[in-house]
Amino acid sequence: MSELTLAERGEKTLAQPAIVAGDLAYLTARTFATLARPPWNWQLWIEQMEQVGFRSLGVTYVTTLFTGMVLALQTAYSLPQIGVKYYIGTVVAKSLVRELGPVLVALVVGGRIGAGMTAELGTMKVSEQIDALRSLAVDPLQRLVLPRVLATMLMLPALTLLGDAVGIIGGLFIGVTVLDLPAGFYMNDVLTSLTLQDVWSGLGKALVFGYFIAIVACRNGLRVTGGADGVGRATTVTVVTGAMFVLVSDFFLTQLFHLIF
Amino acid sequence: MAAAAEPVFRVRGLTKSYGDKRVLDGLDFEVFPDECLVILGRSGTGKSVTLRQLNGLERPDSGSVVFAGVDLCTLSERQLFPLRKRIGMLFQSGALFDSMNVHDNVAFPLRAHTKLGRDEVAAKVQEVLEVVELPGIEEKMPSALSGGMRKRVALARSLVLQPEVLLFDEPTTGLDPMTADSIAHSIAAARDRAHTTTVVVTHDLHLAQTVASRLAFLDEGRFRFVGTWDEARQSDDALLGHFLAGQREDA
Repeated sequence: MSELTLAERGEKTLAQPAIVAGDLAYLTARTFATLARPPWNWQLWIEQMEQVGFRSLGVTYVTTLFTGMVLALQTAYSLPQIGVKYYIGTVVAKSLVRELGPVLVALVVGGRIGAGMTAELGTMKVSEQIDALRSLAVDPLQRLVLPRVLATMLMLPALTLLGDAVGIIGGLFIGVTVLDLPAGFYMNDVLTSLTLQDVWSGLGKALVFGYFIAIVACRNGLRVTGGADGVGRATTVTVVTGAMFVLVSDFFLTQLFHLIF
Repeated sequence: MAAAAEPVFRVRGLTKSYGDKRVLDGLDFEVFPDECLVILGRSGTGKSVTLRQLNGLERPDSGSVVFAGVDLCTLSERQLFPLRKRIGMLFQSGALFDSMNVHDNVAFPLRAHTKLGRDEVAAKVQEVLEVVELPGIEEKMPSALSGGMRKRVALARSLVLQPEVLLFDEPTTGLDPMTADSIAHSIAAARDRAHTTTVVVTHDLHLAQTVASRLAFLDEGRFRFVGTWDEARQSDDALLGHFLAGQREDA
């Protein structure tokens, strides 16, 4: 293989994100185009929703429960002299619902389901199962990619909503047991500070994160070459790339939702 | 004679390269109704690539593959689907769906493309499993099957829609001689049962002897020889002679 010059390497590195973006846009367009054509295999969609949603409940609860508890503690300990502990309801609820809930759930759940999707599709690719689908006149995008993307886009907001609630309960637990706050006081603080816009903003983020996680995972799975080694490498790339997409898009979505709401 | 009939496939000027490597270099051939064309050749000469052009799983760089009066190379993936229902394919690895049991694997094409009821599907599945001599294994998962059984279940899956054409990619690779012989006879039986046109890619000479109507010997992107077994044995092509004798080129 010929050696690349420094300029060629630089060009290749700079071109890579554009290639990935183009790939993702093309895959998205082709996948959603299959929505217009029967058959709509509801059973597959429901199976994926169970896989993405129900089976991620445990990890979601643990992540957001402890985040809510840590938020409450850190807030109270950071500025004790100005009585900030009386505002922990506001801090916990706002932080979780607008930002930490969607981002942490996307990172943790996304790592789990993204890696699983890439490994599953990658294994199907190297064992010729994807080609077998095509040879049987079944569209792999309609059968494999669409249910995964839709399920993740729907389930991530649902998990985020549940996670937000669990995180707020975590804050309540610390407020009552460690900071001696009355439960009613804490909950009143949460309910009066939270707005519908906060909730929509968090859910909107989770929806977009879900799309990025699933489409990146499916794209990497469908492009696997080289057997088990290739599946392993693609899975690692999915976890890292998915996390990058979540964190970078979070910045732009935060700006966008501040403008909208 | 089969050669007088209108061909099922007419392939012209097929070229395909991967990077700098030219795998197919202007391939021309026909496949006639009811015949079994066996494509022979050394490993890495592009036999499987040739086969995958016949149902559009891969696209050539140039050339045409005409099936049922249509050039497959000009069709989109969606436009290929109706034609693929008429062309069954058995993959080298079997390519059974890991997540489904034998019944669901074999029933898959029926559920995807027909409106048959549950009982009719079950009856069809049972029927094709009997054709491949594997009755009663409907509930087993692919991971619980031997290599030979997996290939035969995959054969059953490719037969269930009763395609006009069957493509076989190295159907006996990795199997012991007895299992390979059993697969060869299953292929011959499946072909004779429905007068199916078949194209088999292999370097297994025993399989070729069992099923071939004609042989095509692929080397350096082109067919060096196309003809019957008798013509192959009488050919003065040295490389073909070495291949059929199982000898090194310089032996």
